[in-house]
Parts: sequence; C-alpha cells; structure tokens
Amino acid sequence: MDDLLADFLTETNEGLAALDVALLKLEKAPDDRQTLSEIFRNVHTIKGTCGFLGLSRLEKVAHAAENVLGKYREGSLKVTPAGITLILSALDCLKGIVSGLENTGSEPVGDDTALIASLDAAWRGEMPAAAEPEMPSFGDEKPAEAPPAPEAVAEPVAAPPPAVVAPPPAPPSISRGGEHDGEGGGGGGGGGGGPITPAQTIRVSVDVLEDLMTLVSELVLTRNQLLQLVRARSDAALTVPLQRLSHITSELQEGVMKTRMQPIGNAWQKLPRIVRDLANELGKKIELVMKGAETELDRQVLELIKDPLTHMVRNSGDHGLENPEQRRAAGKPEVGRILLNAYHEGGHIIIEIGDDGRGLAVDKIKAKVVGQGLATEAEVASMSEREIQHFIFRAGFSTAAAITSVSGRGVGMDVVKTNVEKIGGTIDLRSTEGKGTTFFIKIPLTLAIVSALIVEAGGERFAIPQIGVVELVRAGGSAEGAQIERIHDTPVMRLRDRLLPLVSLSRLLQLEHAADEGRRDAGFVVVTQVGANVFGIIVDKVFDTEEIVVKPVAPILRHVTMFSGNTILGDGSVIMILDPNGIARATGVGADGPSEDASRGPEGMRGHRSSERTALLLFRAGDDTPKAVPLGLVARLEDLPGESIEHSGGKTLVQYRGKLMPLVAMSGGWMPPEPGKRQAVLVFNDRDRAMGLMVDTILDVVEEHLLIEGASEQPGFLGSAVICGKVTDVIDCAWWLHQAGDDWFRGTAPAAARKRVLLVEDSAFFRHLLVPGLTAAGYDVTAVDTGLQALQLREQGAPFDIIVSDIEMPDLDGIGLARAVRESGTWQSLPMIALSGRVEAEQVRRAREAGFNEYVGKSEREALLAALSECLATPVIS
Amino acid sequence: MQTQMPPSTQRAVAAVTESAAAMFLTLTVAGQLCGVPVLAVRDILAAQAITRVPLAPREVAGSLNLRGRIVTAIDLRRRLGLPPREAGAPPPMSVVVEQSGELYSLLSDSVGEVLALPEEGFAANPPTLDPLWRDVSRGVHKEDERLLIVLDVDRILAIG
Repeated sequence: MDDLLADFLTETNEGLAALDVALLKLEKAPDDRQTLSEIFRNVHTIKGTCGFLGLSRLEKVAHAAENVLGKYREGSLKVTPAGITLILSALDCLKGIVSGLENTGSEPVGDDTALIASLDAAWRGEMPAAAEPEMPSFGDEKPAEAPPAPEAVAEPVAAPPPAVVAPPPAPPSISRGGEHDGEGGGGGGGGGGGPITPAQTIRVSVDVLEDLMTLVSELVLTRNQLLQLVRARSDAALTVPLQRLSHITSELQEGVMKTRMQPIGNAWQKLPRIVRDLANELGKKIELVMKGAETELDRQVLELIKDPLTHMVRNSGDHGLENPEQRRAAGKPEVGRILLNAYHEGGHIIIEIGDDGRGLAVDKIKAKVVGQGLATEAEVASMSEREIQHFIFRAGFSTAAAITSVSGRGVGMDVVKTNVEKIGGTIDLRSTEGKGTTFFIKIPLTLAIVSALIVEAGGERFAIPQIGVVELVRAGGSAEGAQIERIHDTPVMRLRDRLLPLVSLSRLLQLEHAADEGRRDAGFVVVTQVGANVFGIIVDKVFDTEEIVVKPVAPILRHVTMFSGNTILGDGSVIMILDPNGIARATGVGADGPSEDASRGPEGMRGHRSSERTALLLFRAGDDTPKAVPLGLVARLEDLPGESIEHSGGKTLVQYRGKLMPLVAMSGGWMPPEPGKRQAVLVFNDRDRAMGLMVDTILDVVEEHLLIEGASEQPGFLGSAVICGKVTDVIDCAWWLHQAGDDWFRGTAPAAARKRVLLVEDSAFFRHLLVPGLTAAGYDVTAVDTGLQALQLREQGAPFDIIVSDIEMPDLDGIGLARAVRESGTWQSLPMIALSGRVEAEQVRRAREAGFNEYVGKSEREALLAALSECLATPVIS
Repeated sequence: MQTQMPPSTQRAVAAVTESAAAMFLTLTVAGQLCGVPVLAVRDILAAQAITRVPLAPREVAGSLNLRGRIVTAIDLRRRLGLPPREAGAPPPMSVVVEQSGELYSLLSDSVGEVLALPEEGFAANPPTLDPLWRDVSRGVHKEDERLLIVLDVDRILAIG
C-alpha cells in the first residue's frame, strides 16, 4: 500500500474518532463555537486529503457534510439534534468507506446520493424533522457485494493494488463506531488478513514518549544519587555494576531523546506529490524546491506544524502562483516556484514558505477588509501595507474569489496561525505584489532538545542555548586578553575588528549584589547572535554544555521574556533557559524581525567615527618622546633575535614567515643590535605585503580619543597628541611604509576646514591608514567597509560633505555606489572622489561616468588631500 | 460511550467524593492555621533545593524538581503579605497542588494533618479582613481552639 494512503487511513481514522466525540459534545452545547470550528476543520482536512488521493466517494460525502457544517459555523443554520444525526450518519458512511479502503486498498463501490441529497437539503435549510428516521444510514453503502475492482480507483492514486492474491474481501465490518475508534490505525490490517503489511515503524503517541522521558529523567537522578553514595563508601563490589548501570542509563536517555527528534524533511515527504497533483488539477506548472530538509525538529513540533505546512504549500500553489499564461504575460518563467526552506536561527527554527507568484493584492484585501466590516475605509487608508497584508491571518478571511477543493472557504491562514501560535511560534509574511509572497514560521525551542551552555551569574546558574552562541571570550584577568570597557557605564568589548555591545546578565536579571561590584569587569563573555545582531552576555562563570529538554515555564512566569523555558539538569536541579531573543529585545541590542531593520536608527550601524576612542600602541624610538601608532594598523609585535637581521643592497631585511620582510629603523642612528640582543619590531602588513618598523622599546597599549594637534613638519609624523597626559608623537605610517618600498605611499597633512568625509574602503588596513591621516588634516571622518553600508548610512540620513570611495570592493563596488548616490537620495549632489590602486585611463573614464568628480590613486595622499580641498571649495556640477 | 453505574454505586461514589471534598490538609504560615482542600493536593515534600527565578513575581520563590517535573514554588508568606521566615527557622515544606496541568508548590512553615471540616463550622470572611487575605480565603472554619482559614488554591495562584 502506498505510504500516502496508509498515512491517510491512520489520520482519517483518528480524525473520525475525534469527530464522533466532538459532535456529541456539540449536541450537548450547540453554541460551542470552538467545538464547531474544530469539527469543521477536521472534516475539511479529511475532504482536502481525499481530493488529493482521488477518493471521490469520500470526498463527495465529506464535502456535503462540510457544507452543512460551514452553515453552522457561519451561524446561518441552527445546530439541531436532527442535524447532528445527519452529520453523524455522514461520518458513519465515511467510516464505512474508509474501512473498505483499508481492507481492499480501494474505495468500495456504493451509492451515497441519498445521503448527499439529505445533506444538501439540510444545507439549503430544508431540514425535514422527520427525515432522519429514514436517513440513508449506511444501509445502502454496505458494499459487501462490491467486487474488489481496484481499477475503480480514480485517477492519480498510484497505489498499486496490493500484490497479495486478494482473498475474497471479508465484508468490511461496518459495525457502528467499530474498531476504528481505537488507537490509530496500527492494527488496521489485523482482521481478515488484510493486505496491509506491518510497517517498519510504529506510531507511538507523544504522551508515551513524554512519559518515557520523565521516567528516564528520574532514573538519571536516582543513578546520580547512587553514584554519590557509592563514592562515599568506596565499595568495590558495587562499583562495576553501578558503572554499567550508569552507562546504560546514559544510553537510554540518549535514545529516548533521539526518539523525539526528526528531520523536518519527514514532514515534507508528501509535499512533492501533493504539489504535482495540485499542478495537474489547477493546470499550473509548479516546481517545488526544498532546502534544509535535514534540520531537526522535535517530533511533537513536527506533528503540529505538518498540517499548517501542507496547507500553506497548497495555498501557495492555489492562490500564490499564476497559471502559465498569466506568468508569461507578466514576463515570468512559466514554471512557478514554491520554495521551502528550514534553518536554525538564534535559538529558533525558521521555516520559509515562499512562492514567486502574484503576491498579495493589497487593494483586494483592503476592499475585503472594508466589505467585511473589519475596519473602516479611513482606518484602512492609514494602515501600512504590512498591516493590511496581515489581515489574511484573520479568521474567515480568504482572498481567493472562487472556492476550490484545494483551499479556500476561509479555512486558511487563520488556522495556520492558530496552530503555529499553539506551539509558541510566530508567523510573518513578506509579499510584493507581482513578485511573490514568503511566509516565515518561527518556532521557538520550547519543545525541542537543545545543547546548552551552563553559565553562572549573580550566584545562579542559567542555560544558554548553544545554537545562539558564537564564541566564548574570557574577559579581564590577564593583560593580553580582551577587556570589558565602558562607554558611560555601557559595557562594550573590542573583539577583533568590531565593537561588541555587552549585556551584564546579573544586572539584567537584577541579581547584582554590592559585593560583586569589584569583579564586574572580570568573567566571561558569551558572544551571541540573534538574527543579524551580535552581542555579548557577561557571565561570572562558564561550566559545561549539556543536552537539555526544554520545558515551558509555568504560566505565571511566562511574562518574563528573558527565558525560553526551564529544564532539569543531570544533577536534578532546575535551571532557567535564557532566550537570547528576549535578552536582545530587553536590552535593545537588536530588532526582532526583518521588518524592523529599518527602524534601527543611526546607532544600529555606525561607521568608525574618528572621534571614537582608538587603541594606541605606545613605544619609544630614538628620543625620549613617546611615539604612538593606532593599534589597528599593527599586525604583530615581534622581538627578533639580532642575528636574524640581514642587510642586502643597502636595505635591512629579515626572513619572516617564509618571506623577506624589509625593516625600517625609526631612529636615524640605528645600529644593529649586538649579537644575543633582540630587536623590537612593529610589523605592518596588508594582504601579502609586510614591513617591520624597528623601535627601541614598546611601552604600552592605551585607549584614547586620538586628537592630533598641529600637523608635524617632521616627515614621518602626523603631529602630536596628548596621550596619558604626555605629549606623544603620532607616527605617519604611510611615510614609514614608503621607506620600505615604493608600493606603500606617503604624504604629509596640511590643515583644512573641518568637513565631514565619508570614507568607503573595504580594506581595514587602508581604513586605519587613511582615517588618522585625514583626521590630522582636519576632516571629520566616518569610515565604512562596503558600498552597501554607505547606502545604509544614507538611508539613515547621515549628513556628509564629501564621499571618498574605493573602486574595487566586494558586493557593491565604487562604481555602483556612485551610480546609486547620483540616482536619488540626499547625497545626490555630494562631491565624490574615487580612490583606487589602479590609475588607468579606462578606469578613470568609467569612474567619471558613474558620477565621481575626482580620481585619485590610493598611494597619492597629497593628491587626495588636494582633491578634497578642491572639491569642497568648488560647487559640484552634478 | 458512557458506562451506566447502578444507582447505588453512584450514590456511594457521590458520598465518597463529597466526604473527600470536605477534607482539608492543614498547614501553618507564620503561625496562622490554614487549610487547602485535600483533593487539590498532589504531594507533600520536605525541604527541597529551590532554584530562584529572576524577574519573577515576588511571590514566586523559584522552581523545584518533583520527580522530573518542574514545580513552581509559591512562598505563602510572601503571598499573604507576611514577614519572611526567621533566619535559622526550619526550611519550608512544599504542598504541591495542580492547576490546569501545571504543578505548583505552596511553601508553608509546617504541614499538619488531614481534617474533616463539618459544614456547620464554616463562617464567611469577616468584612474587616485584610483585602489581600479576603481575596484568597474561601472562609473561616471555627476550630475548637483556633480559627482556620480555608485557602482558595486558584486565587492563591492568581499572581500577576
């Protein structure tokens, strides 16, 4: 038997059993809308699935019953006992057919017209009270006499009639509510030697697994206690069996945990088939692309999202995608695409269901919203497109004009939304009219097993889901380690190239004690990623990682968004699980959804303003005045043995990392160190070039606002700055680099008016080189890495007087940036200077065409400064 | 499908249920005798390791582990606006109750016995009772020597 059919049978049997109960409940309380909706959805699901399997008899009966239930749901028809009886007899009929299907693999032949006619009559509101006694119960569909006739199966059910030489099919026992009320359909094949062969897997109720899990947890606890007892007594006779017990317990725990995890692909297996049939039925060409099928999900979550997912894929195919003609007319490929994508993100599982179809018609939704009285015309007019699109999640809202057997009829996105929210998830959508719609289902970990990092803060232990943890940094303690620094009480950390915002966990959770103040800046930083935002969580201690089963917190604690759940650790203690998303939201580190990116404001992304504190390396060379160089420029500090320094062709060289590195002495009277002594060298490098600057002693690394006062007359120095209360010479790296070879560049800095310069340069090296130089020349410099970041600044409304941009950059290069700037926006008329390593006529022409006013080689700093002052002095012709 | 019980059995069951409904577990909080319906009680535990839950309502003492299930502990003293336990006092007992599938522990100074409280001994809350107490008390039962406050578990758990 076809997997699909077998699954259908189990599901439908379960559904029918549930329906019986629900209908009886409804009979007692006819106004119970929730029960009514549940019944309606259940029948709807059965009908929908039948449609796909081509089970036309089932579908017809279910459809007729659904019609009546639809009226009940709308409230246009009153629920009466007679009506319930009618629906129940429809259910019995369905059960009869299903059991026939189970036994023979095909729908039994039978005539349901009388039943359908009664249902239709009821639907029209003609409910002859006397009708039910002669209800066409299931007398006439008793298909015992029906020949097995598997060929009778309508269209695409490829279900090959079971190869078993069919024993004359035992008359499907259609005793009312018979065996199908039982647990699932696992034993369906039992009676009469049915052709269903036992499958390799069995369906186990989640409750059973849940119970097993609890038992195993208890076992683990008991084991731990036992271990502790034995350890205290050191009884050798017990040690060996106990070790074995311990081992087995661990394996059992692992095994039970594993039973709960399934790749999401399992829920997708049926989709290709469904999409294919859907495409046939609707006359569309649909390609289904599935990504991330291996993403593991808790079984329970998987079960719960399976139906919504199927529904959404159907929706995409039915409502989202256009037919081939429409697509051609819209200039799209004939084949429409439905993309399913699943991935873990920041402690959540995200499932995307996207199509490249017609997108949501905002105007149609508006009209419908007003038509249904969900909002007034004026309210609609003031709503954003997003708000309007979100109306599709309202109950009873369907934009499809026609009701099809595929979807429609208002069992739509509201059901999906309810189901997703039931498991604590969220659903969002992004749609562009004419381009397609993508839904994002975000499911929290609440039900999943995760690996978590156990940390301590303020004397309490917490678990941080490993999924969100990028790295772990030890802060403070040793001098060379990263330090927690403060900007007006806000902790930050410089981690490699970026300034990492930090959140103190004990402070956030209000666990801080006065006694902790002293060691506030020591501890560990858990670098965490939420969406695109990275931040660090300061904790006191870090323990181990543990696999934990996330349990939802009690309802009275649910408002604390900092926690995504709690769990019991191996040692039996309860521990709270931190939710990085909640922490990010609570501290304003990052926005939650993609939609909110734009609202991040200028703090969200800021270039490296030259007025920020800069780490400076202080050293001494030649005279007593300390010298400083931005630490970011220095690749490494080396202490070379004197013997390794060699001379060749008037140059000083050293063999360094397999290459020859030129060395330049800082002080004029440099003498090679005596044998046995060592030489301090600052190594600068950029891509494959490296040079060493020989200095006398390295003093310190400090952090200061680098404010260079007065340009220096002396070559090799930018000027002086007061650093740590001492006048310090800030060296001009460019000049020194030039001393090592021609491909480095040089220049001195004339003073200029304080203008705002946006420097777009992908190489951190050149950025560090240019920012101090331009600052020294009197410019207020903001540096960003890419053209895209520059444009983001533009969106944020950052004002500048001039843009200096590199040409060759990843993503958006200088040419593209210039075009984008010239095209629109507030920067349209800003002067732009191109900066490039290559100065060729063709390049220059392209840059000018794109909108650059000047073109300067990277190595010509004087030229750059000249161009800057020239561009800023003369109004730009755009 | 409901099984029909013979009327006699039904009556007997009803009687048992009724008598159980009138049974109360007594506990003391800062010297005050209180009672909770015994049918609401799932478990009574001696002192347990309780994990604090930061940012939780102040009545929540934390979470504890009851055979693999997480139980939220409510400090009855704090819930009833009473002073905290004295330092050095014996650790509180946990009276575990269930509400809509969740387990909660009511931390009490001591747990007494199970008492049947005859109907006639009940009196309504005195109108002058502290509103906080009136909110969680179902009434007062007049014992021979002292008064017993019958706690309404649902109201106790209605925090925040």
